[in-house]
Amino acid sequence: MFKSIRKSLSRTRQSVFGQIQNALGNGDITEETYEDLEALLIQADMGVDTSLFIVEQVRDRAVEKHLYRADQLIPELRGVLRAILIEPPPLQIDTPRLLTIVMVVGVNGSGKTTSIGKLAKYYKGLGRRVQLVAGDTFRAAAIDQLKVWGDRAGVPVISGQPGGDPAAVIYDSIRATRARGYDLLFVDTAGRLHTKFNLMKELEKVYSVCQKSVHQAPHEVLLVLDAPTGQNALLQAIKFKESVHITGVVLTKLDGTGKGGMVFAIYRELGVPVRFIGTGEGIDDIAPFDADAFIDGLFDEPPA
Amino acid sequence: MFESLGNRLQGVFDGLQRRGKLTEADVDAAMREVRLALLEADVNFKVVKQFVKRVRERAVGVEVMQTITPGQQVVKIVHEELINTLGEPGRLELGLQNPTIIMLVGLQGSGKTTTAAKLALHLRKKGSRPYLVAADVYRPAAIDQLQALGRQLDIPVYDEGVNGRPPTICANGVAKARESGATVVLLDTAGRLNIDDMMMDEIKAIKAATDPIEVILVADAMTGQEAVRVATDFNNAVGLTGLIMTKVDGDARGGAAISMREVTGVPIKYLGTGEKLDGLELFHPDRMASRILGMGDVLTLIEQASEQLDEEETQRAGERLMSGKFDLEDFLQQMQQIKKLGPLGKVLGMLPGMGQMMNDVDLSGAEGELKRVEAIIYSMTPKERRNPRLLKASRKRRIAAGSGTSVQEVNQLLRQFREMQTMMKQLKSSGAGRRGALSNLLGGKF
Ligand SMILES: Nc1nc2c(ncn2[C@@H]2O[C@H](COP(=O)(O)OP(=O)(O)OP(=O)(O)O)[C@@H](O)[C@H]2O)c(=O)[nH]1
Ligand SMILES: [Mg+2]
Repeated sequence: MFKSIRKSLSRTRQSVFGQIQNALGNGDITEETYEDLEALLIQADMGVDTSLFIVEQVRDRAVEKHLYRADQLIPELRGVLRAILIEPPPLQIDTPRLLTIVMVVGVNGSGKTTSIGKLAKYYKGLGRRVQLVAGDTFRAAAIDQLKVWGDRAGVPVISGQPGGDPAAVIYDSIRATRARGYDLLFVDTAGRLHTKFNLMKELEKVYSVCQKSVHQAPHEVLLVLDAPTGQNALLQAIKFKESVHITGVVLTKLDGTGKGGMVFAIYRELGVPVRFIGTGEGIDDIAPFDADAFIDGLFDEPPA
Repeated sequence: MFESLGNRLQGVFDGLQRRGKLTEADVDAAMREVRLALLEADVNFKVVKQFVKRVRERAVGVEVMQTITPGQQVVKIVHEELINTLGEPGRLELGLQNPTIIMLVGLQGSGKTTTAAKLALHLRKKGSRPYLVAADVYRPAAIDQLQALGRQLDIPVYDEGVNGRPPTICANGVAKARESGATVVLLDTAGRLNIDDMMMDEIKAIKAATDPIEVILVADAMTGQEAVRVATDFNNAVGLTGLIMTKVDGDARGGAAISMREVTGVPIKYLGTGEKLDGLELFHPDRMASRILGMGDVLTLIEQASEQLDEEETQRAGERLMSGKFDLEDFLQQMQQIKKLGPLGKVLGMLPGMGQMMNDVDLSGAEGELKRVEAIIYSMTPKERRNPRLLKASRKRRIAAGSGTSVQEVNQLLRQFREMQTMMKQLKSSGAGRRGALSNLLGGKF
């Protein structure tokens, strides 16, 4: 297990500041230094507001500590970034109970189904009795896709008819999961843009089915965001939080060149933590989010 | 959250005289705002730099028109330059090759499969005989997905299961298409990372094996700063001929469109606007420019309105309005027309200036209100709808119970309806058109 996490972590390519040393140089700190810093942050998709905020924090620290060389800003920047990624409460999936329900939501194509396949194997490996339910009854072949992942992970998949009511399928699946003595249910949902009123209502219905069926469920609601997404990620998080109270983020496609910088804004504005990262299309390409490793990744020398 | 450029510039130019030339100092102050607005819209940092430079050159010394403010003058220049940068919409090269081979490439999850089906449908409507080839042998059930879409549209889909080699599958698919008399072949390739050398070699091999006249990058409109690198890498690998931006029906500003267009120089050919298979629109640079600036997409709203409203129905309701015969039945029908325009939020978001207001108005409330009104009218008998005067206390109680509302809410609706009738009578005498009916239906809230 541990080996595969290492392997998947090594596939992130998020380095933004790999060449920060060159970018900032080791001359005196000038206004231009801060502008260069801002440019780096913006290019990592951190957004204008968050980038300006970070630069101001770094500036404050520099003044406070009487720093004068540009390269002395690098540890300060690390510190500021790390401080934004506040320690979240324990992940509810890990808390023992009879039945834990995890809803997985997000816009189209962000990696929900794939992430569920990976998580199924991951938690099965930790000794959990995992079951999946195909709540995407809309997209063509979405049910077949989840079934393939169920096979790969060696966990059962409950599904209804294509075009059926997702809330009904999920209601049935919760009863079946209980009856068969499984203790962890991942709910796949159809991709939807957070701006679609009716589709968000549909998702709220799924949420309330979980809520009514099991005490304190859904225990986690994970928003799947992909790393190449820009500023819209924050709007997505806001809307999905309003609708279904997301409790965490799965940040996928970190094996690409996207940096996932928008998670800083999501932490800052919503306090929603990242819980897992996806780093490829293989079943083992997932790892629990490790804030220190994430920050390290941003500063690593870029992979050749 | 995201302010429109117009609002931003308002501040910069407050206190400036209204006329004369834009000075360097004016323009510099404005350019800072332009830069931030574009960055917030996800236009790539380096692309923004170039862009701002161009705008600055154009803006300094420009005579401010008498009718507008300096801020509006700058917005106008920015808007024009954005339109220039976005370029003319591209058309597919049809008819130069037989069959015309169109290859779709892109990152994972960008929407290639759905777009392939949408294009097939669109091209069939325009008289082509389309043929789809499923070349994504990696993502689980990707082939099933395209097969299902093909069945839905009754368009043939060629596949060789998941064991074939994509370049061979594509070459065989093209041969089959030719044999069957198809005039357009769409190659749906697997999503891949632009830095995955093996996978990038694969699309080069597919291109070599099929010689497509169109190689289109399908890209998510929500893409951030990496758009530049992604587009550049795909362009270098397979020589793009066009772009399709997807998920444009969301609320992303879509700055990636500018970035990708700027670094590849290839035109944007279509926009994907929804999960339904008819959700493919022609690209309009002026609308995209307005969207990126947060100026509201009025033109799209107007076009959608005129496409989706039942012309005859509206006409008839209008006539009844004018003749004073408008009843609750008509009221209901008008409401359903409005609902066809899509969720209120979407409709309103397209109006200029609404971006800001949307933050203040509880749209889910308005949406709920529409639903409530509808439920109330549905709970009435046709006779009651035609003659609301029949509605006495006991009937109101029945309707409230049937629609899950209260008698007060029923009364409120009837009051609104009466007010509307009165207003219509006044309008009729003043000769104004039927436009007011729409805003009235929205409860006069907007
Ligand atoms: N490179 C890479 N690709 C990924 C990752 N996670 C998912 N993908 C790919 O992204 C594409 C979309 O993934 P899906 O899991 O189908 O996404 P989804 O959110 O379920 O999509 P819809 O249900 O259609 O909304 C697939 O091609 C996946 O293989 C990742 O971490 N890295
Ligand atoms: Mg899915």
